Amino acid sequence: MTAQHLAAYTTSTGEAFQFWVLGTVAVVGALCTVFMRRAVHSALCLAGTMIVLAVFYLANGAYFLGIVQIVVYTGAIMMLFLFVVMLVGVTAADSLKETIKGQRWLALLCGIGFGVLLFAGIGNASLTEFNGTGQANANGNVEGLASLIFTKYVFAFEITGALLITAAVGAMVLTHRERTERARTQRELSEQRVREGKHVPPLPAPGVYARHNAVDIAGLLPDGTPSELTVSKTLRERGQIRDVSAEALNDLRALEQRAEERLERTAIEPATFKRPEEASK
Amino acid sequence: MNPVNYLYLAALLFTIGATGVLIRRNAIVVFMCIELMLNACNLAFVAFSRMHGNLDGQIIAFFTMVVAAAEVVVGLAIIVSLFRTRHSASVDDASLMKL
Amino acid sequence: MENLIALLIAAPLLGAAVLLVGGRRLDAVGHWIGTFLSAASFVFGLILFADLLGKDAEHRTLTQHLWTWISVGGFQADVTFRLDQLSMTFVLLITGVGSLIHLYSVGYMEHDERRRRFFGYLNLFLAAMLLLVLADNYLLLYVGWEGVGLASYLLIGFWQHKPSAATAAKKAFLVNRVGDMGLSIAIMLMFTTFGSFAFGPVLSHTGDTSEGKLTAIGLMLLLAACGKSAQVPLQSWLGDAMEGPTPVSALIHAATMVTAGVYLIVRSGAIFNAAPDAQLAVTVVGAVTLLFGAIVGCAKDDIKKALAGSTMSQIGYMVLAAGLGPIGYVFAIMHLVTHGFFKAGLFLGAGSVMHGMNDEVDMRKYGGLRKYMPVTFITFGLGYLAIIGFPGLSGFFSKDKIIEAAFAKGGTEGWILGGAALLGAAITAFYMTRVMLMTFFGEERWRDRPTRSPEEPSAEPAAAHQGGAASGHAAAATGEPHPHESPKIMTIPMVVLAVGSVFGGAFFSLGDRFLHWLEPVTGHSEGDSPLSAATVTGATMVCLVVGVAIAWAQYGRKPVPALAPRGSLLTRAARRDLYQDDFNHVVLVRGGEHLTRSLVYVDHTLVDGVVNGTAAGFGGLSGRLRRLQNGFVRSYAVSMFGGAALLVAATLLMRAV
Repeated sequence: MTAQHLAAYTTSTGEAFQFWVLGTVAVVGALCTVFMRRAVHSALCLAGTMIVLAVFYLANGAYFLGIVQIVVYTGAIMMLFLFVVMLVGVTAADSLKETIKGQRWLALLCGIGFGVLLFAGIGNASLTEFNGTGQANANGNVEGLASLIFTKYVFAFEITGALLITAAVGAMVLTHRERTERARTQRELSEQRVREGKHVPPLPAPGVYARHNAVDIAGLLPDGTPSELTVSKTLRERGQIRDVSAEALNDLRALEQRAEERLERTAIEPATFKRPEEASK
Repeated sequence: MNPVNYLYLAALLFTIGATGVLIRRNAIVVFMCIELMLNACNLAFVAFSRMHGNLDGQIIAFFTMVVAAAEVVVGLAIIVSLFRTRHSASVDDASLMKL
Repeated sequence: MENLIALLIAAPLLGAAVLLVGGRRLDAVGHWIGTFLSAASFVFGLILFADLLGKDAEHRTLTQHLWTWISVGGFQADVTFRLDQLSMTFVLLITGVGSLIHLYSVGYMEHDERRRRFFGYLNLFLAAMLLLVLADNYLLLYVGWEGVGLASYLLIGFWQHKPSAATAAKKAFLVNRVGDMGLSIAIMLMFTTFGSFAFGPVLSHTGDTSEGKLTAIGLMLLLAACGKSAQVPLQSWLGDAMEGPTPVSALIHAATMVTAGVYLIVRSGAIFNAAPDAQLAVTVVGAVTLLFGAIVGCAKDDIKKALAGSTMSQIGYMVLAAGLGPIGYVFAIMHLVTHGFFKAGLFLGAGSVMHGMNDEVDMRKYGGLRKYMPVTFITFGLGYLAIIGFPGLSGFFSKDKIIEAAFAKGGTEGWILGGAALLGAAITAFYMTRVMLMTFFGEERWRDRPTRSPEEPSAEPAAAHQGGAASGHAAAATGEPHPHESPKIMTIPMVVLAVGSVFGGAFFSLGDRFLHWLEPVTGHSEGDSPLSAATVTGATMVCLVVGVAIAWAQYGRKPVPALAPRGSLLTRAARRDLYQDDFNHVVLVRGGEHLTRSLVYVDHTLVDGVVNGTAAGFGGLSGRLRRLQNGFVRSYAVSMFGGAALLVAATLLMRAV
């Protein structure tokens, strides 16, 4: 009897093949989500896993959910993640070195123990009655869901609506910064600059003295050293300045050599030359 | 193949997600791992729906998605304000409640 | 007429207030104010006495309710005075002897800068003592009891610049506290037993109360009496109390305050009558003390301390008599009154001798003084004859009655108590003869010798000397003394007291006047004596003669050595007050020290150990638990996850089971 039942619930070979192949992809994607050093890679792997899961939803007869998974989850939510990753710094790679003593081993122990327990639980459960969703989806999956949502689950549905609005308001409140003082006008800002005597003209643009004009490359001073003033504050704080000074200095030195050779002059002593900023120190 | 395998897969993904929450320090990755756990649950619900032959499981998964969306909105907002104040997205940096 | 009772107390109280608050502007007249108010009180007493005599024996109790002092629920204390024959006797004794001693002090303290204060204290004492004997309830009596204790403390330590006086005052106060504790416990017991502490309800309900409770109350009252009356085992303070000025010794530590214990016992007679065990304890205390005091008195070379031993011994007689019950109450009071006369006289005489001898107190440096101070000699001699019980003088009548009563107690107890009393009479004769011979007879040992050697500082200090050397004899303290008679103002009280010593006993005894006077209050019963009165009297006479003869053989025939010989074991022990202070020191002080030290040790190790150990244990535990709270959210997440895993495990386990 049991064997007969079980036999009746066996899926098609095609689904089995799909399960094993895509299941492997999903697990690999999940592992990569956890172990990738860069958040953006993790996000992409997670997106992959989610798409696989969407396929599984479809295979299980949850057509509406499968589409929603792709459109809302993978499409919208994961993009939201990516936006935040961009905000925080897309290139920043995390160190995977553990700083809390014993944390990693405890985490692995708990994880493995929990997994084993779950597997044991599923294995022990008497999951004999697989009815299939054919009957339930007879009038269409979306129509079936809709009739349930607007009848049996209508209150839960309304409440989730309220929850969503609250979450949206909450997010705005959290990220909104109230201005505590009056915004200073352009005039006041320039007056302050003059009063302080610092950077009265506009800040130097990046890459002016170099052969680059990307915003993350510092402009070079006449002696070839990079000037941090030329790079935006945000990039400076993130430490995302690309330093090309060595390259530029080499070019300069090569240029001087060639000029020397052509003009048959002796080289200028680099030691006697000092940048005005350093001399003032 | 027995559809119970979907449940095993859901359990596996859930465990991986949970371990990731414990191991990773980057708040965004931690958050992604939580999403992974939610998705694993959803998979289990969908499998249950098939098992019982009704759509209640799918409804629950649907609600889970809604709640997850709300959670993501608020959670990411928290991460952004955290990053603003501490210039770091590491959860270990927000350890002010210790002696 | 009742209103006069309050005036009795008010007069000296007013004197104390005026003298102590008035300040230096009263220095010139302060002593006369004090003496006048004391005498006024005596006059009020005489008026009241006349009034009482005019009434029937049954109606001789006057009460005056002044106001309700405390009224809380069932607890009611009134300020009410009760004047009956017993109180009347005390009032006359206190105010009479007190007035005489006030008069004497005017001369004795003449050169003391703080004479006004001294009189203030004396008046305070009179007020407190009158309150004690006039109170109608035990609580008010307690107020007076504490008041006389305070006055005693202030007067013993009057020369507070002397460390010995300050120490003696503290000692007297502390030892008295022990007795006071007994009185307060007795009062509490009375309240719980009778629901009141007025004399009327307490003393009339002794019949329907269990004997055990009455015995407890009686023993506590006895403890109180021991403290105030210097009875064994609380006797140690009286000898040291002689550090006070001599009039104080005469008034407080001979005639009046130390007899308060006897008053208490006699007043509470109904309780003791119903508690034979307590009565037995009283007689034992009395008998032991009368021998103890007498033995100590034999060995002392300090005239005042010899008299202090004698006082202790004589009060022992009174307590013994009071312990005998109705057989002895009247005689206890009678002896108290006669003793008040002759002992006050003896002390005043001793003060007069010291006055003339540059405040020397060592009798070995006296001798042959009868020629130089005849009035003192005669009055002292009459007092001496009275105290030893010379036939016809007052001590003879009162003491003889006590000895008779002791035998009348009956049985073995009667023989033992009577024997002790007889032996005491012999020793009394011995030591009083010794004092008499060493002071007034024999060779003049004070000649060619400074009275005070540097090694042996006198008990009376230089400041006292200002008061003592009244008539221009402020010779250098180290020079040869010039014995002389004291001024009239000092001798007149001595003469009056001597007259009282001579005729008081006969006046009281002949026709049993005193017995009839007191009987309505104390009751009286004739004992069943195995010996006839004549036999007892004869035995007493024999003891008297033997005591005098031994003393004469030792101190009259042979010259008295100027330095005390080493003496026998008993003598040496008696010189040290039979080791009472050593006993107290070893048992109470050392014991107390050991007790407190061990308690401190227990406190430090056990109590503090438990407290600190608990604290340290929790501290250590918290220190370890604190590490779990490292602030890292991931650590907390691990705990949560582990907990979830355990929950799943538990669920599965329950399913499996």
